[in-house]
Order: sequence, then structure tokens, then C-alpha cells
Amino acid sequence: MSGRVASVPTAERSRLNAWVRSLARQPIWAFVIAELLFFSLMPGTREFFFSTGNLLNILLQSTFIGIIALGMTFVMINAEIDLSVGAIMALAASLSVGLQSQLGMIPAALLGLAVGAALGGLNGLITYKTGVDSFIVTLGAMLGIRGLVFVYTNQESYFALNFAYADFGMSQIAGVPTLAVIFVAIAIVLHVVLTNTRHGRDTYAVGGNRDAAVNAGVRVGRHLLINFTMLGALAALSGLLLSTQMGASTPNMGTVYELWVITAVVLGGTKLTGGHGSIVGTVGGVLGIQILRNGMNLMQVQAYWVLVILGAMLIAVLILDKRTTGAGRDGARA
Amino acid sequence: MQQVQSPGSWRERLRSILRDQGILVAFVLLLIVMSFTIDRFATTENILAVIRQVSILGTIALGVTFVVIGGNLDLSVGSMLSLATVMVVDLHDKIGPLPAILVTLVVTLIAGAVNGTLVGFLRLNSLIVTLGMLSVLQGATLLYSGGKNVDIANQSDTWFAVFGRGRLISMGNIDINVPVVLFLGLAVVLGIVLHRTGFGRKVFAVGGNRIASSYSGLRASRIVFSTYLISAFAVFAGAVILGSRVMGSQNTVGQTWELQVLAGIILGGTSLLGGSGSIAKTVIGILIFGFINNGLLLLGFPFYAQWLVTWLVIILVVWLDVASKRGRLWAA
Repeated sequence: MSGRVASVPTAERSRLNAWVRSLARQPIWAFVIAELLFFSLMPGTREFFFSTGNLLNILLQSTFIGIIALGMTFVMINAEIDLSVGAIMALAASLSVGLQSQLGMIPAALLGLAVGAALGGLNGLITYKTGVDSFIVTLGAMLGIRGLVFVYTNQESYFALNFAYADFGMSQIAGVPTLAVIFVAIAIVLHVVLTNTRHGRDTYAVGGNRDAAVNAGVRVGRHLLINFTMLGALAALSGLLLSTQMGASTPNMGTVYELWVITAVVLGGTKLTGGHGSIVGTVGGVLGIQILRNGMNLMQVQAYWVLVILGAMLIAVLILDKRTTGAGRDGARA
Repeated sequence: MQQVQSPGSWRERLRSILRDQGILVAFVLLLIVMSFTIDRFATTENILAVIRQVSILGTIALGVTFVVIGGNLDLSVGSMLSLATVMVVDLHDKIGPLPAILVTLVVTLIAGAVNGTLVGFLRLNSLIVTLGMLSVLQGATLLYSGGKNVDIANQSDTWFAVFGRGRLISMGNIDINVPVVLFLGLAVVLGIVLHRTGFGRKVFAVGGNRIASSYSGLRASRIVFSTYLISAFAVFAGAVILGSRVMGSQNTVGQTWELQVLAGIILGGTSLLGGSGSIAKTVIGILIFGFINNGLLLLGFPFYAQWLVTWLVIILVVWLDVASKRGRLWAA
């Protein structure tokens, strides 16, 4: 569950050390617990916060950033990044809602997913084949894919004509919102993939030391293609789910989502320089953000404070990380 | 003895020109093609209009160029622009134009100093630090204004209008606007600072290899800190022009500007890895951005067509750059 380290610790004191370090590497869960305690005890929020309804609500609100953050974790452990996820969300949602009347609900949704996966894959392919930094490739894609959204929608919002679409967004499984169930299910699957499969090990290897990974026989190109495609598909899925919840799609959906997602993943302990990170941490990062928004909302603090606190937390995590792991590596973008 | 110029060396020279000045060549070709295919493109009014349109984005890009050449990123300039524009406009009516400008200058420099301290002295990852500051400054903007848009009540009766709406020279239908002069003037000043002073050389050295530059006795932390101050100053200048031009501001006016600024810098051929680039490249990159947009609009395409073109052009430009450095087109 802790972030993995490429090198094996050699010292004898490693056990305690490793434990302290793993906690230090995932301070986000300590923060999540502190938040839960704080809002459960605080007068003004304690009457409402710790109820099943509110907690499920937090989980539901976490779904849209969360699903993308899960995919972004893989890409960022690879030492890559994807800024185009917000635009992919909007394109997939617009296609899925806009083509319902022509194609039918399910085929339109599948088309949205397929387009998202294809564009994600395209990002990965260009990054690998041309050697251009993924930050630049996906910065271009962020603008370009948003352009595609506007070309397709002509700047219009679409409303889901099929009521079953919006009903799905409101539906529950055993009292839990279906969308939240989907998020949790994907999180569990991807946690297993990252910790227990060859693809997961390769993800750390490629991000930790790409040349070594190549020498060890990892097919980096195919590997990156898989992770970027997966991220594109997850971003598209997030867009679809958000549009089922709204019963509509808007061309501006997902603007600045890329920044929220990256914030959540970094809060969860994944490093931009690659090789480190975990799904558990990312889920903590997403929940940490949403609990803060929810609790502060209940406290009737101006919502704007959340932005200030989040930004400060992001920087604080970085300082903490530097303190606990020493000098740290200087990446290309450091 | 004079060396005989063989055809091979001539070709060699052409190749090296293309490699070093490829963007400039592409830019000139773009202008030529556009002037032949678009009727109203190659008129003085249109060209001046384009430069005016990109002047605010360009002004900010000039400052960010220092940060990028120093080996870092600044994603906070968009939010900083929002904060500075909202402040200068809001304070204009409350404390008068000059105090408003001074207070805004101090606030942006403080924001830049925070970036510079975290990245320069604490040596934290600049992408994350400035991403955090993007959030903090956007929040600060909304807290400051309470979420309301701000504007200047008496718009026709303030000298503050000169920065965004003023004209320096007006001959017939040719206007030289103040924003254009400010943009190009700042480009010249910052160009001299970057390319003709010891400080500028140190920025390149630190961006090229921070560790080596530290060993050679440069105070790398201080230099990185300074690049963020310059970036913040450029944002301040952009905010004054923008506030003066619009005479009002939304709270999110600068949203996504940080990425457009980077796109312009990259288009100009400055590497995000640091250690190379120039003010001239940034000016050209920003102008390419503006002329592509202008040409597409004149051809009747919607405004978002430029985003699709930018997508292609950014990747192509950087690809050709890295390909020429490694001597092979494909990385794999």
C-alpha cells in the first residue's frame, strides 16, 4: 500500500525506518483521518457531517476527479503527465449525449469512450515516437481536443433525450450511488493491477529508470501506449458519468479538471519525477480534497478558501516530502 | 588562405540556418502564404491589430521566458493576472490610479517572491509549486472580490485609460497603440537584460545545469528567485494594460493563460528544459500564435479553429527541434 521504492533498503534499521517513511510518504491519509475527526467533532458541522448520506455524497462527488486520478497515477508513475483529460471528458460527454438520438444510448456512450481512449492513445504514441515531452504533447492536445469539442458541438450544450441516461446517474446499488460504486470498483481493480501484475511492476520500472527498464526487456512504447489509452478511456468515462448526473453535456465541461486531478495525485504521494506512487495514496488525495470542500461548505466558509487551502497543502506536501526523503532527485522539470 | 566554398558547405550552411532559425523561416513563410491567400491580411492596420491583440499575452510571456530559460515553469501567471487585474481595477476608484498601480505591483511581486523562494531557495519542483500557487492566487482573487466582477465607474475621465486604450501615433487609419509600444518596449528592455548582461548569462547557465552552475560559484537560488520576480513584474504590466483596456475585470480573467503563454513560448522554439531560448523567439512565437488566429478568422473559420492548428504546430515545432538535436526523426 505504500509507495514503492526501486532500491532495496540495505540497513538493519530499515524496518522502523520504512514504516515511518511509508507514513511520511502518505501523509494524505493522516490528513483524511484528521479531517474526518475535525468535521465530526466541530460544532456546526458535527450535526450533519458524519451521516451515511453525507459520506456517500462525498464519495459521489469524488467520483469524477477520482476516476481520472486513478489513470493519471499510472501515467505519472511513468514520469509522464497528461493535461488533456479535461478536454477528453467534454468531448466524450458531448458525443455520448449528442449522438443519442442518431445512434441510440449505448452505442453513443461506447463511441464516446472509444474516442477518449483513442485520443489518450494518440498522446502516448506521439510522446513515445517523437520523444517530445508529454507535458508539451498534452498541452497541445488540451487546446486541440477542446477545439474538437467546439467543432462538434458548435458551442452548444446537449440534453439527454433518453431519460434512462439521467436515471442511471441518479441510480443506487444497495443504497450506494452507482457512480460511486463504479469509482470504488475501478480503484480496486487498478490497485491490484499496479501492485500485483507485471504491468504494474513495469510502470514503476519505466518511471524509475527508463533505460534500465529498456535493458530489462520492458517494451516501453507499448507500455506507455497502454497507460495513456487507459487514462483517455477513464477521462472519457468520467465525462460520461458526469453527464449522466447532469442529464446534459456542456462544451466547457472539465475545464481545469486536469489541475484538480494532478493536485489529487500529487497530494496522494505520487512524484512527478516518476517511479513512486500508489492508488491508495491517490484515493486519499481525492477524498482529502472532497472532504475539505464538503466540510467547509457545511461550516459555511466561503468556498474560495478551499482553493487557497488546497494550493497551500500541495506546496506543504512537497516541503514535507523534501524534508523526509532528503535532497531528492532533480527531474527534467524539477 | 581563403577557403573555397563547395556546394556541400553551402548546403551545410542552409541546413544550419534551418536548424537554428527554423521557427523564423517558418514564420516568414507563414506570413508570405497568408498575404497571398487572404485579402485583408497584409495591411498595416491588420498587422498592427494582431500585435495589439497579442500584446498582453506577449507581455506576460516575456517574463515567463526568464523562468523557462532558468529551467523552471510558472503555471501561476494566469491566476496572478486575475488577481492583479481585479485589484488594479477595484482599487482605482477607491484609492486613485497611481496608488492602485503601486499596490498591485507590490502584491504581484510578493506572489512572485513566494514562487521564487519555494523554487529557488527551497528547491521545490516548480511545476507543483506554481500549480499550488495557481490555486492559492485564484482563491485569493475570489476572496478579495467576494466573487463579484469589478469595474471602473468613470471610464472616460481617468488617465489610467492610457495603458490599454491610448494611442501614441495616429496617422490616417494607422494607429500605434500604447499596449503595442509597452509590449515591444518591455521586449527590448528584457532582451537586453537577458542577452547583454551578466545576470542574463547566469540565467542561461543555471537553466542549462543548475548543479554545475552552483559549483562554478553562481548563486543559483538567487537567480531562480529573480526570474520569478521578473515573471511577476511582467504579469503586473499585463494586468495594468488589461485592466485599462477593459476598465473592468472578471475574477477568472486569466484562467488558462498560463498554458497559452507556455504554448507561445514553445512555438517560438524555447525549450522547456531550460538553458536555451531568447526573448526574440518568444516574441516570434507569440506573433505566430496571433497571426495564425487572425488568418483563420479572416478565412472565416471560428475562433476555436486556432486551437486545432496550435495542437499540430506545437507538437511539430518541438518534434523538429528534438529530432534535429538527436539527429533522427523518431525517438524509438
